[in-house]
Amino acid sequence: MQSRKIVLALTAGLMSSTVAFAGDVRVMWYSDGVEGEVIQDLLNRFMEQNPDINVILDNVAYQVIQEQLPIELEAGRGPDIARVTNIKTLADHWLDLTPYLADPEYWRTNLGAQFDWMRPDGSEIIPGFMTQLTLTGGFANKTLFEQAGVEIPRPEATWDEWVEAAGKVQDSQQLNAAFAIDRSGHRISAPNVSYGANYIGPDRLPAPVDEGTKTFARKLVEWTESGRMNKDVWVSAAGTTYRAAADDFINAQIAYYYSGSWQVANLSTKIGDAFDWVATGSPCGTVACSGLPGGAALVGIKYTKNPEEVGKVMDYLASEDVVREFTERTLFLPAHKGVIAGEIDFQSDDPNVKAALTAFVKATGQVHENANALPAWKWGTPVYGALVTRISQAMAGELSIDDAFTRIDEDIKAQVAEASK
Amino acid sequence: MSRVSSFLLRRRGGTRWDWTDVFTWFWLIGGFILMFGPAAWLVNSSFKTPAALAEFPPTLLPYVTELVQVDGYDNALPLYEVTDENGDARVLAEVRRIGIVAQMVDPANPQEIIKVSIQDRTPRRTVSFATENYVEPLVANDFLRYLWNSVFVTVMATIITLLTNSMAAFALSKYQFRGRSTVMMLIVATLMVPLSVIIVPLYSVISAMGLFNSLWGVILPTVATPTGVFMLRQYMLTIPDELIDAARMDKASEWQIYWRIVLPLTAPALAVLAIFSVVWRWNDFLWPLIVLSRRELYTLQVGLNTYAGELNVQWHFILAMTVVTMIPVVLVFIFLQRFITTGIAGAGLK
Amino acid sequence: MTAQANTSIARRAGAIIMAPVALLARAFDPPLRMLQKFGGTNVMAAFFLAPNMLIFGVFVLFPLAVNIAYSMTGGNALFLTNREFVGLDQYERLFDCGNYLDRQTCREDLFWTAVWNTSSFVVLQVSLMVGVALVTALVLNRDLKARSFWRAVFFFPVLLSPVVVGLIWRWILQRQGLLNFGLYELGFEPVNWLVERNWAFAAAVGVSVWAHVGFYALILLAGLQAIPKELYEAAEMDGTKPGRVFWRITLPLLMPNLLVVLVLTLIRAVQIFDEVYVLTGGGPGTSTLFLTQYIYEVGFASHLRNPGLASAASILMGLVLIVLTLFQLGIVRRNDRRGGK
Repeated sequence: MQSRKIVLALTAGLMSSTVAFAGDVRVMWYSDGVEGEVIQDLLNRFMEQNPDINVILDNVAYQVIQEQLPIELEAGRGPDIARVTNIKTLADHWLDLTPYLADPEYWRTNLGAQFDWMRPDGSEIIPGFMTQLTLTGGFANKTLFEQAGVEIPRPEATWDEWVEAAGKVQDSQQLNAAFAIDRSGHRISAPNVSYGANYIGPDRLPAPVDEGTKTFARKLVEWTESGRMNKDVWVSAAGTTYRAAADDFINAQIAYYYSGSWQVANLSTKIGDAFDWVATGSPCGTVACSGLPGGAALVGIKYTKNPEEVGKVMDYLASEDVVREFTERTLFLPAHKGVIAGEIDFQSDDPNVKAALTAFVKATGQVHENANALPAWKWGTPVYGALVTRISQAMAGELSIDDAFTRIDEDIKAQVAEASK
Repeated sequence: MSRVSSFLLRRRGGTRWDWTDVFTWFWLIGGFILMFGPAAWLVNSSFKTPAALAEFPPTLLPYVTELVQVDGYDNALPLYEVTDENGDARVLAEVRRIGIVAQMVDPANPQEIIKVSIQDRTPRRTVSFATENYVEPLVANDFLRYLWNSVFVTVMATIITLLTNSMAAFALSKYQFRGRSTVMMLIVATLMVPLSVIIVPLYSVISAMGLFNSLWGVILPTVATPTGVFMLRQYMLTIPDELIDAARMDKASEWQIYWRIVLPLTAPALAVLAIFSVVWRWNDFLWPLIVLSRRELYTLQVGLNTYAGELNVQWHFILAMTVVTMIPVVLVFIFLQRFITTGIAGAGLK
Repeated sequence: MTAQANTSIARRAGAIIMAPVALLARAFDPPLRMLQKFGGTNVMAAFFLAPNMLIFGVFVLFPLAVNIAYSMTGGNALFLTNREFVGLDQYERLFDCGNYLDRQTCREDLFWTAVWNTSSFVVLQVSLMVGVALVTALVLNRDLKARSFWRAVFFFPVLLSPVVVGLIWRWILQRQGLLNFGLYELGFEPVNWLVERNWAFAAAVGVSVWAHVGFYALILLAGLQAIPKELYEAAEMDGTKPGRVFWRITLPLLMPNLLVVLVLTLIRAVQIFDEVYVLTGGGPGTSTLFLTQYIYEVGFASHLRNPGLASAASILMGLVLIVLTLFQLGIVRRNDRRGGK
């Protein structure tokens, strides 16, 4: 009897997990700010118009997208649509939407600029579209600078000048630290490029750590040791764990925060009226004042059982009106050419927001070609992972910075070797 | 030295307080503070607003800034206590802040704007419990659904654990058959193999069986606990074989012997296992995190994890939902603590 | 004691839990009688074993075997059939060191860092755990009022989930947490507990002791209460010095329980993961990166994912654990033969 019960249980389990009702579309989504609510709203409207398609939004932690989704995909499964940032590395798993779209030409014209970010090298498929473009950049707490009587550095100020200025604020206002950068290899890659780094070797494989990266990494470790950079963020985890420093900025414990455009909505909601803040673009290095472009893409998954429905949902979400509404409500930078060309009325009463978004749009002009090449480069993610793992060890005093560079090269080499097996 | 003796002989040292008494009470009271203090602080913090949580030094009670409705302003304005140049204290409402200067009004005289440096004002605060920390996740974010999933996983896993483990323990304690010691060795050798050791292949097994994203994929791998088999077997060994022989004489079937005689006699050990199983399954984190990626399937522990999202750790929700996940365990504890504690001591091994 | 009350609670609890089984059991009796009639007792034994062993085989033994195969393959594919056989390469990679005394010279320096951290953790945590559990048991064994209340006080954290334990303490130890507030009030400089390497390690040890000590204290308490009073009375009449009583009577008679506790804490300490992962994330740097987290990160989380390497590391860890378990079994067996608990 016992075994029969188990067989029953097993079959019940099997049933519940494999039956995908025709017309069901699952979207795996993560949120930085309010976009989860916005997309749910938009999808509800879609379902009213298309009662035969049931779209289920799975709001998950970012960690799930980073850690579980790749393994699910590896196992040949997954949601039908997902919002991902690790777009290029996983490109083999994306669905070619071309046959399911009403007008592929519309996609190519308006959204085509970023297709290479999300498809395997040399392929011509349409895997999805960018829900937002992002650019890394800094934020300064204007009120703290004012209170300390320190001028906010001019737009072409270098990283050294920024840290010095923020350091003066730190000393005068008794802050924990002068500034912080998110614990992420992606985030420090912009300053690396500004100091002349180029990750991509001549064979499109990762190049060994170069002087550009070394210069900025050395500075970063120095600033951590001198207490200018907030030690907690980078040192408080091992491995590639992502840690954002936004909380410290929101609580006015640092004067300067290097993150990116996607933080605008979050900062606006959380800071409210507590202090004034400004987006500053990216500080300069020796060769550029570059930010790092990127973004989150919404892609179809190859393993879907309902590609027709996926196509319909994607068509709806990529339509100009929907993209515009999404952009205006989430305060994201759009990737849609038509939307960019038209009028965008960002929905926020916060005067800091509009100024910040304008600053980011302006900063896009400063992006260095080496930074521009990174989103469409397959090995970005492993390089970012190695950078963050080893540099944080150097900050914690476990490795000398030079040993860290050697380790980074070895880690990346091992990963390239493993992936080509 | 005789005090050491009384300490060991579990007697209190006469009428006088000697150092062993002092030490005992130091240990007990210190233990009380250390064991309950952190949990109490957690419960306390869970009623604070995000702003209050970010404060240092923290306050004991949850405070929020008082708001007041002022004529001529649509939204309620926050109240501040302001000390002016003459050292007089006034209560003003803040209209807006520009840079380091706050524009304030006297609620009694809303026409006149007063400019105050933000360093000269302190918010006027009142005690208020931020129950929205609880309501919002429970209502808007499906925590009730997670709660149900957790209950389902816990109950099903415990029932299956009790059944399968007790059957296996019965076979291993009351039958002589070839390979018995081999089976026993197998079970015992894996007694301590942690999930992490088999996590990668277990994942592919679950995938291949289609149990991914299914609560059964969470339940099944955990139910054949070696601990349970081992514990129940040790207990069943103490049941006299004569009882079973007598039942066989009365033409009872083996199945009847199992559920009519052995199981009732094993009830204390079963109950200990049941309680443990409930606590284990309720608290499982890593495995459900890996198997479940659909929101409607999340258990409470996995749901908790979603508040540590990309941008910010949302402490106000985490704290409140931690309290929610603690409640059932604490209830089990309050009602069954005497039984649990003596049960463990009796069962000896985990 | 209240053994009888306990039994009756147990009976009642058991009856409730078993109610659905009883119904099913009745329905399934006739076919099972048939099975017994044709198959005999051996078949019945197999029948009773089958469900548990089936689940056990599919979800524990089989993955364990697959894991060994996994550790001899490379690449990033998930399913064994898609993976390339590489022999013992993964093990070689783990053991590839320039100088075995310096883990920084090893190819997988993080693995050896994890091994080193785990070993230090085991030594510190186990000694602290056994010490605190013993003192707690001795204190609880005194003639206390409301002993069951005090026993419960120390046992309470055992029931909390590792995630909850980690979160509670992260909340208290963070830069602006309760502990720093206490220091600040007393006029000390706040300490950044989870960012200073030694403090973070100490926090990991302390928190895991906090979470589990009640369990071991109970096992020791049971041992203390099983020591016959007459022994103490006789010793007192002989005028034996109390220190001697402790060393000559209490400790030897408690030894079986102490050994069980020692081995159990050892095994648990080797596996430490969840609560520390939530508490420190393995940081600062890699100072609280333990073996299980290394395996998890290499197998799942890291951008430098390599499931084969994770399997090889997990098998090495499994070997250590099996040795410890067999050691424990030896102790239990010996106790059984002695007629102890």
